[in-house]
Amino acid sequence: MASVLRADNISKSFGPIEVLSGISLDLRPGEVHAVIGENGAGKSTLMRILSGHLPPTKGSLFLNDQPTTFSGPVDAENRGIVLVHQEILLAEDLTVAQNLFLGRELRRFGFVDDRAMREQTRAALAELGSSIDPDREVRRLSIADRQLVQIARALLVPHKVVAFDEPTAVLTPIEAESLFQIIRRLRAQGVAILYISHRLNEVKAVADRVTVLRDGRLVTVRDIEGLEPLEMARLMVGRDMSKLYPDKPLTASDQDILSVRNLVVPGYVEDASFTLRRGEILGFGGLIGAGRTELFEGLVGLRPSHGSIAIDGRNVHFRDAREAMAAGVVYLSEDRKGKGLLLQQDLRVNLTLAALDKFGRGSFIDVPAEERALDAAVRDFDIRARRRDLLAGQLSGGNQQKLLLAKMMLVEPRIVIIDEPTRGVDIGTKEQIYRFIASLAEQGRSVIVISSEMQELIGLCHRVLVMRNGRIAGEVAQAELSEDAIVYLATGVHEERAADIAAGHA
Amino acid sequence: MTETVLRTTPEKRRFTVDMRALSPFIALIVLVIAGALINPDFLTASNILNVVTRSAFIAIIAVGATFVIAGGGLDLSVGSMAALVAGVMILTLNNLGGGDMGTLAIGMAAAIALGAACGLANGLIVTFGRIEPFIVTLGTMGIFRSLVIWLAAGGTITMRSSELRELYRPVYFGDIAGIPVPIIAFLVVAAIGALILYKTSFGRHVIALGSNEDVARYSGVPIWRVRTLTYVIQGICVGIAILVYVPRLGSATPTTGLLWELQAITAVVIGGTALRGGIGRVWGTVVGAIILELVANIMVLSNFVSEFLVGAVQGAIIIIAMLVQRSLQRGR
Repeated sequence: MASVLRADNISKSFGPIEVLSGISLDLRPGEVHAVIGENGAGKSTLMRILSGHLPPTKGSLFLNDQPTTFSGPVDAENRGIVLVHQEILLAEDLTVAQNLFLGRELRRFGFVDDRAMREQTRAALAELGSSIDPDREVRRLSIADRQLVQIARALLVPHKVVAFDEPTAVLTPIEAESLFQIIRRLRAQGVAILYISHRLNEVKAVADRVTVLRDGRLVTVRDIEGLEPLEMARLMVGRDMSKLYPDKPLTASDQDILSVRNLVVPGYVEDASFTLRRGEILGFGGLIGAGRTELFEGLVGLRPSHGSIAIDGRNVHFRDAREAMAAGVVYLSEDRKGKGLLLQQDLRVNLTLAALDKFGRGSFIDVPAEERALDAAVRDFDIRARRRDLLAGQLSGGNQQKLLLAKMMLVEPRIVIIDEPTRGVDIGTKEQIYRFIASLAEQGRSVIVISSEMQELIGLCHRVLVMRNGRIAGEVAQAELSEDAIVYLATGVHEERAADIAAGHA
Repeated sequence: MTETVLRTTPEKRRFTVDMRALSPFIALIVLVIAGALINPDFLTASNILNVVTRSAFIAIIAVGATFVIAGGGLDLSVGSMAALVAGVMILTLNNLGGGDMGTLAIGMAAAIALGAACGLANGLIVTFGRIEPFIVTLGTMGIFRSLVIWLAAGGTITMRSSELRELYRPVYFGDIAGIPVPIIAFLVVAAIGALILYKTSFGRHVIALGSNEDVARYSGVPIWRVRTLTYVIQGICVGIAILVYVPRLGSATPTTGLLWELQAITAVVIGGTALRGGIGRVWGTVVGAIILELVANIMVLSNFVSEFLVGAVQGAIIIIAMLVQRSLQRGR
């Protein structure tokens, strides 16, 4: 069958770093083509090249078998290629209809024609099987509805290719299932669909063909027939999955170090109670928006919270991160670029910021001591920077995470809370970070890992608590750790059943 | 893949020139050469010392503004604050009535204390009221200004004691080893400012706060204290500037310090401090203040542009400085 969009031997470099190398992919009308790979495998870069956000360094694109270049995303969109972004990119204060037509408002006598836009919005949403009120403000919609609006907005232009980037990251299985119905409807209309995900059960349920990427290279292209999730995982990682995670240190004692009772973070978390033991790695799972991040931001004083928190049996209440650090509790934000590191400052300034008191001579900073600390951090954490005076923003995601770890370890914490430790991190660095987390437990520290990657929780943690809608829904003990157990607690629905529902529609 | 690329690139010490840090000094040199070509009197020692002396008030205030702006804030009230501090200082001296050193010392202490208090008020409203510094200092700018007008009853506040005036005179007109006192004062203020900003943890915290408030907060930086203190430092700098200013004319009027905030912010920006915060350059600020005064001086010495347009030229300079910064940033 002829392809609607074809990439031939595409490569992409940022400076000296090649993130994609020699990728070929053809997309046929009326197929769902999944692109899978670990974080950092190059999925998003490939997607951005195909949708005109980035030009390839080498190789060429063919649209309907004609060689083509896109001058930008608008150009690609005009030629029928639309991208549904992973993040929700909507103006929260505007209504659904205003968002749908943002930048392409319908006009009548030079004024915006609200009635026509409202009608068309209602029709577009009905097409997707939804009855959201076009006059509702986006900030009052649930995450799933917002995503639906985003999809409706993307589909408003005439389209031949629709690319979905990790569309189910924020959805429950039921919501995901209605998304799959939309995708199947588009496929039936002859639209080519590019589907990026690392949730393999979903891929199995919705895709026709699968392209596997690993470390920026093409591993294989396979039909979904006879390709099981387990085999996909092996292809993605390229090695035995069990080796990615270190042996769980046998260090979890039965001595509680942290005990939290009825912690409330207004607007996000209700009534959370749990305990953390010395030397334990405790996982926190759940969907995005379940309140995990907010729970721990409340605990360390970054958000208003109330409830009882005891460390070593002594009641504490932190008013800001400084007090938490003084008590030996550090929180590493999932938002490394926005809340973790000063991107415009160099490595040394970033490294010592949280523990600057340790680098003082009187009220002055001891710069040579800072330099020595940087030497030690670069060595211990294997931070790879071309030059020492590089800015933190110029490091790769993995090295930024290592720098953030090094920074917080200077505080010498007893309790380390790491939010999404491997987001945006390449596979090699992932392994290093996992080993580092295990070594923290071996040193007798206690670790809390918040993660949306279930494999990570299963491979790393002694115990996993799962949150749903701002509450702790339950606990999965080490012996019972499985994706299904976590999904069930996170959503209230067994993943197997959701997959069955999905398969029933195929 | 990523690792191997990074590994094979050796850690070489590449010599990189930070144009942003250097550009104010280059601009200063260019201006001096231009001035010398336009009028032979320009490069005389007396003219140069005169120019630098006149830039002292703005330079001292701008050192404080460097802290506020590097920390991500803004203070529009400095001109009005200067007028208020000057007025209150003179009134204090008049009310004390004496003509001795002790009276002068009390008056000076009052000026510094009032500057610090005004700065503290700005800082507390910005941090605890969580209001944009632009709005807060716009408000206090109006308050300070009308307080002076009220204290002066619309007229002029003048130092009455002629003994005191004679005693105080050398602080502006005197010199130590041939260098006018105001120049020494602003060099000392700049040196202390540079020491605090570059060498102390407080200075590091200011830069962190200006770079990214969230990162500073998540890193345990006491952001409220740091931010408030930058405004207090600004207030103290205004106080010091007024110590040097009062002996010059011996009076304060409703127009004292008019548009000083524009000049101070211009000096800071010309000096290479980022208006969005995160980069602070004390010595650049000093050079910026001198550049402003040099431009005015060259305009007076030449006949190209009417000296009544000095304000317009200074206004144009801040815009040009921002454009240059923007293009340098893009080149990075």
